[in-house]
Amino acid sequence: MPLNRRTFIGAVVATSGVISTPMLRAQGRPRVVVIGGGAGGATAARYIAKDSDGAIDVTLVEPSRAYYTCFFSNLYIGGFREMNSLGHSYGTLAAEYGINVVHDWAVAVDRDAKTVTLASGGVLPYDRLIVSPGIDFVDGAVKGWDVSAQNVMPHAYKAGSQTELLKAQILAMPEGGTFAMVAPPNPYRCPPGPYERVSMVAHLLKQVNPTAKIIVADPKANFSKQGLFEEGWAANYAGMIERVGPEFGGGNVEVDPVAMTISIDGDVNRIDVCNVIPAMKAGRIAQIAGITEGNWAPVNAHDMSSKMDSNIHVLGDAAAQGDMPKSGYAANSQAKVCANAVRGALTGSTVFPARFANTCWSLIDTDNGVKVGATYEATPEKIATVNGFISEIGESAELRAATYRESIGWYEGITVDIFG
Amino acid sequence: MVFQRLTAFALIGLTTATQVGAEAGGDPTRGEALFRQCSGCHQIGEGAENRIGPQLNHIFDRAAGAVEGFRYSNGLSRAAAVGLAWNYDTLDAFIENPRTLVSNTRMSFRGMPDQQDRDDLVAYLRVFSDSPMNIPEAAPTARAVDHAVAPEVLAVVGDPAYGEYLSGECTSCHQKSGASDGIPSITNWRAEDFVIAMHAYKDGVRAHPVMQMMAGRLSTEEIAALAAYFERIDQKV
Ligand SMILES: Cc1cc2nc3c(=O)[nH]c(=O)nc-3n(C[C@H](O)[C@H](O)[C@H](O)COP(=O)(O)OP(=O)(O)OC[C@H]3O[C@@H](n4cnc5c(N)ncnc54)[C@H](O)[C@@H]3O)c2cc1C
Repeated sequence: MPLNRRTFIGAVVATSGVISTPMLRAQGRPRVVVIGGGAGGATAARYIAKDSDGAIDVTLVEPSRAYYTCFFSNLYIGGFREMNSLGHSYGTLAAEYGINVVHDWAVAVDRDAKTVTLASGGVLPYDRLIVSPGIDFVDGAVKGWDVSAQNVMPHAYKAGSQTELLKAQILAMPEGGTFAMVAPPNPYRCPPGPYERVSMVAHLLKQVNPTAKIIVADPKANFSKQGLFEEGWAANYAGMIERVGPEFGGGNVEVDPVAMTISIDGDVNRIDVCNVIPAMKAGRIAQIAGITEGNWAPVNAHDMSSKMDSNIHVLGDAAAQGDMPKSGYAANSQAKVCANAVRGALTGSTVFPARFANTCWSLIDTDNGVKVGATYEATPEKIATVNGFISEIGESAELRAATYRESIGWYEGITVDIFG
Repeated sequence: MVFQRLTAFALIGLTTATQVGAEAGGDPTRGEALFRQCSGCHQIGEGAENRIGPQLNHIFDRAAGAVEGFRYSNGLSRAAAVGLAWNYDTLDAFIENPRTLVSNTRMSFRGMPDQQDRDDLVAYLRVFSDSPMNIPEAAPTARAVDHAVAPEVLAVVGDPAYGEYLSGECTSCHQKSGASDGIPSITNWRAEDFVIAMHAYKDGVRAHPVMQMMAGRLSTEEIAALAAYFERIDQKV
């Protein structure tokens, strides 16, 4: 193997002592275990494997053989994407980057022994552990609903069969029927996600069931891109969407999956489809590992390391990091900062300063895309916003169409960046 | 009739423009002479037609990439889709160096470095437009900023290793393979083009909110590092 530029720089830095002594193990390569092969975990695994040129042993633990992106899953509901276009395998990560992909659940983390236990009973030792398990739902968050009801009242907030179920239910609605959504409280995965979904459901119903109604019970006074969505709903889906905010009891909700009713502030409505998106918390394994505080896992902004354990890093939705939204773009961005820091700690390669960015595109109707974005930096307290932008109300149709085309390009780009 | 309207208009335009142009610091008569540098590709005035470049009547009144029947480069079409419109500032920047605004434009013009020359040329172009937007009527306060990237900035040699790290911010959207559907390719660009384009976003001359945001916080060294990395991306070991 050629001594490349990177290795060379790493060696110089290490001997000159600018960076603390690298933890090179006499008996083998340093080991990184990544829990969760989603936007955060797969990106981190790929960058560490790619940039260390084999100097680090990377294992990725992920139960699913195919990852279906939540991003663009609303477009599947709206009829703009096929489900199989959202599926990504781990083949490239294993074959081209030499990552050990283990299809299993992590069920325990022993932080003293530095091992991860798998559901199959296997035990994986690590020098650094990266945890990116996404979200789970807070028990009892929506009265009358728990995960056992998800096949009647789907959340569709983890993509795949849940998303397909929700779409099938919408298509089976009686003429003039009612679709209800229980929107989540902050903070949650993908702030514009529920409202993009409302747009896509409306788009679908407008074609197949134009007299149907959409009702949204929302515990939040305001939501992401609100002005843009409301403008789009008025222009494209007039009279179809009703949102009940907290001032009218939108946060006081109870559902009955047997009777198929939703009660909003005591007012009981029969509905045909009920999309329950409950309050969220870090994926369960974060709590099991003992790195959570409340619902989320607090991290140091400069390297995404856990505030509870400097050998563990937490990425994406599960992390409490400060100002970034819980998005796939953000998880991918955090993963690259983390990969650079982990590589530096284990091999002595140069650690560059952390920098983060996010942009979230949403589709309101055909060729009507909008976006919001910001850049971020690491401060001692948190990941802090530097600057940002948002699409404007009243933009031209050409610009909205260009924004939508751009989002398609983004999807292709980021999925290559995540899965290789 | 189109021709007549244009002729009449051009005449009226000329008289007023001479007046206003003098105030604004742009002399359309001198501009007409300078237009010879353009006329190999562009026509303007009565009966102007598309040639190698689009005809330039009414350029002040329109969005970029909007002349009927002209096939624009992908780069120019893309810039147009995200809002590039011709006005005093954008024309000034484009004539100074076309690549500031559109990296892979087919307009192979080395640029016009002198501000007075550009003012005169723009004053001449203005004669053939109905409602020129934002021409500084009371120069010199409204004089456009200098868009050219200073030679010492272009001379900065970037560190490709740092560029590779920074490129993580680019590859959340742009693909290293050079695929360019919806999001343009930035792979294997000449470093100079890359630097010019990024500084144009940073200065807000190029319209694109994501790119203005991303470039906005990149330093000169960081832009040079990225340029060095992307120029040789596939020669990396
Ligand atoms: C409807 C919707 C639309 C969205 N749209 C966008 C968008 O347009 N743009 C955007 O940027 N983001 C979007 N998002 C958000 C985005 O999907 C998430 O923020 C992102 O996936 C978070 O990445 P992550 O790595 O934290 O978690 P995930 O991507 O969810 O990955 C977590 C992985 O961990 C695995 N896992 C969990 N527990 C274990 C365990 N114990 N052992 C092993 N593996 C485990 C899971 O199987 C999963 O594959 C959207 C989300 C939704 C729901």
